[in-house]
Formats: sequence, C-alpha cells, structure tokens
Amino acid sequence: MKTFQYARADSAETAVQEAIAQGAKFIAGGTNLLDLMKLQVETPEKLVDITRLPLGEIEQREDGGLTIGALVPNSDLAADRRVIDGYEVLSRALLAGASGQLRNKATTAGNLLQRTRCYYFYDTASPCNKREPGSGCGAIGGFNRILAVLGTSESCIASHPSDMAVAMRALDATIVTLKSDGDRRRIAIGDFYRLPGNTPHIETALEPGELITAIELPAPVEGAKHLYRKVRDRASYAFALVSVAGVVKMDGDTIASAALAFGGLGTMPWRDAGVEAALVGQPATTATFEAAADALLADARGYGSNDFKIPLARRTLIASLRDLTGR
Amino acid sequence: MHFTINGRSYEADIDVRTSLLDLCREHLELTGSKKGCDHGQCGACTMLVNGRRVNSCLTLAVMHQDDEIVTIEGLGQVGNLHPLQDAFVRHDGYQCGYCTPGQICSAVGMLDEVKKGWPSHVTGDLHDAELSDAEISERMSGNICRCAAYPNIVDAIREVAGMGDRDPVLKTAAEIGA
Repeated sequence: MKTFQYARADSAETAVQEAIAQGAKFIAGGTNLLDLMKLQVETPEKLVDITRLPLGEIEQREDGGLTIGALVPNSDLAADRRVIDGYEVLSRALLAGASGQLRNKATTAGNLLQRTRCYYFYDTASPCNKREPGSGCGAIGGFNRILAVLGTSESCIASHPSDMAVAMRALDATIVTLKSDGDRRRIAIGDFYRLPGNTPHIETALEPGELITAIELPAPVEGAKHLYRKVRDRASYAFALVSVAGVVKMDGDTIASAALAFGGLGTMPWRDAGVEAALVGQPATTATFEAAADALLADARGYGSNDFKIPLARRTLIASLRDLTGR
Repeated sequence: MHFTINGRSYEADIDVRTSLLDLCREHLELTGSKKGCDHGQCGACTMLVNGRRVNSCLTLAVMHQDDEIVTIEGLGQVGNLHPLQDAFVRHDGYQCGYCTPGQICSAVGMLDEVKKGWPSHVTGDLHDAELSDAEISERMSGNICRCAAYPNIVDAIREVAGMGDRDPVLKTAAEIGA
C-alpha cells in the first residue's frame, strides 16, 4: 500500500474542505477502498476519515419518505423496520450482498460508489481504461464472463457490482451531497451514474471533493409487491451474474405500475423505461413478459464468455415478473 | 496511538497504513486473530468492534482509537472458555484450526444479530428471523473453512443457540448431500 496523509473530519463542512487536496479520498467503511489500496489499484495521497460525522441515522420525512444517512451501515439499513415494511426490495438486495462482517462495516453511500470487480481493473499488470485512462481494455477479447452486456463501450465493459444500488434505482432514490464550496445538491439516481463512453474512469456525477450526506427515498408505493432475485455462482457471498429488483402493483389482472432495475448486466445499475412501458397497462401474460425482455435486451451485446448473460437475463426477468404479478 | 482491546489499554506507534489485524498480530502480541486472504474474503481475521463482527484486515487501526475491540483472546482463555469455544472443542468444529478464531468471533456477533431480530438472505418473513441450519449457513458464509468442518461448526453454534442437536437422520442425509 502506498502511504497517505490521514485526517479525521469532525463535520461535513471540514470534511469537504480537507478533501479539496489533490488526490484526496473520503474513507468510511473502507471495505472496498482498502482492498483496492492494498493492490495499488487505488493510490490516494490523503484519506479523509468521515466515520465520526453525524450521518448515521434513518429518518422518516413528513412526505412519507425516508432519509438515510450516508454512514448507515448496510446491515442496519437492511434490518430497519421502516425499510422492511415500505421498501422490502432494498432489504432483500442488501441481504443478498457480501457477508455479515462486510455489511456491518460497509455504508450506504460507500455501497453506491463501489468499484467494478472486473479482473483487469484489479490486475495492475493488465491494461484498463478505468484504472489507467488510455491504457486499453484487457476484458474485451479476454475473460469477461462476469462483465456487462448493456451500456458498454469500446473502452470499457466493466459491470457495476452493487446489489443495493440496483434496488435504489428501482426505488427512484435521490442522492444528497455537499460540495466543497458549501453548496448542497440533490441528484436523482438516474442522473448519478455515468456510462463509460471514452471516460470509464468517471463513474458518477460527483465533483472532486463532493460528499454524499444522505440518500432519500420517496414514499412507498402502496399495495405493491417487491422482489429482489439474484442469480450467482454460489448460493451466498458472491456477486450477481444477473439480478432483478422489482416493485410491481397490480389492478386485477392488469399491471398498474412497474419499476424494474437490473444488476450484473450493465456498466451501471440498469433501468430502462422501455421495459416498464412494455408492462404498464398490459395483462400479466407470458407475451407481455417476453415483450419486456425484448425491450431490455434489444441493445445487449455479449463479448464471448459473457454471452450467456443475455438468455439468462431474459429467463430471470420473466421468472421475476411471474412472481411479482402472481402468475 | 491509543487502543482499547479486550478491556485493556494499549499504546502503539504505528504507520497509518496498519490494518487493525496487523496492529494486533504484529505490534501487540495478540496473534489469535489470523490472516487468511487479507482482502475480506475468508473471515479468518474477524473481530468484534463495538460488539459488531467485522473483517479486521479491511480496516485501518488509526480509525479505531475510540472503539472497544474484542479478539478471540478476550472472549475466553484456557480454563475459562467462552461457551462457543467450549462447543467448538466438543463438536470438533475445526480441523487445522486456522479459521477457528474468526469463526468463533463471527458466531458471537452473528448470534447477537439474530437476538436483535436482524433478518438474512434466507429469511422468509423479514419481520421474523429465527435461527435454523440454513440461517446459520447463510449468516456464517463470510467465514471460509478449507478443512470443511462446516457440519460440526453448525452443530457447535446450534448448541450455544439452544437449538439442540440436529436430527441424526436429517444430519446424515445432509452430510451425504441427499
């Protein structure tokens, strides 16, 4: 591990001031950042420890929604009664990820910012445009079984690894931040992640030194059914090959509303308005589900060893929709 | 830097890069916690920080100066074993023993999580978390045992959780994969 300067922040305002420094990064749970620092994939010159900031509470808002502090650990969030009752898809996604030890340490904001588990990103002897812009991509034409089939570019096919962020996309979460100039802003999760394009090292809309302080969820959808279905190589403690987060409400036999997001498939937690348009107002039939899968996978592209994800995604989506609609 | 480990105060002059695991093993002669993968994948380094189980290899010591840390040495000693240590011995919940301190610290934290009503990936109704063999396996999946002593680890945890022994017929069926 390369050495670094360490600073413990005692307020969000001092944290963003400390983080103006060149090469500075925030550290909270550290479960992903320290792993990458040991391999020298990440080499921050300064770590700003934000663990003592008062950002660890979950609060019910007057509009019926929840405000989740950036530092709420994944395990506490998954077990929170308000989350279980109103946002079961979020509890299920969190519980499907990592291990008990990691969930105790990993934070809500940190989970949103997880880096890819692409082998070539981790291997500093390989080219990787995300780790070292302009160096090339080892994954295209390499071992890419776990990598993305949606949202890829000539520069990068790295998949986003988070389960939690997939549920957050289905729930229309909003990310609340504090910038180094003191401004606060609210970013819809649909605007938060960036497609790789020619700049795969830029993964989110965050500016240098900008701190996530909270994640807001809108009021729960009354009467909706929630599901998080994860397909992976082991029954526990493995990343998703394909996952589906769904919140669906029925009106008799007709799909009244649907929010669906996908993990393991995209270069970012994936959501496609075309999938939901194919479902809403339609009868819950296999033909409807097939049309939703067609919409999801119309632009999917396999790179050899990840080709299997395309039919797997179709089957996983259809099985999920059967559960969500009670077919 | 100042640390509180197993109820005792320690001073250590360490590099900021030092993990909590390396602080204990390399600087404080607390070598019970083991380094397996050093990347949070195996669980051999599991400790309790403010009562919660964490991977001590994936956290910096400098970030834990105000925390209460418990390692395997703090749970029990020879002649005064923690109930889980005692149960692991009697149920033969290990072979080489390298993962055992992490397994036991993890099990202590895990049983406390169940007591708090925390659900898991295999819990049906998330409001109603009750321990079962499937729950133990899922909740302990962050601790790898290369000797594969898993059935006996589950037995040891079952006993301490007050679940009694597994049905011998079911036990045999599970072990042969039937």
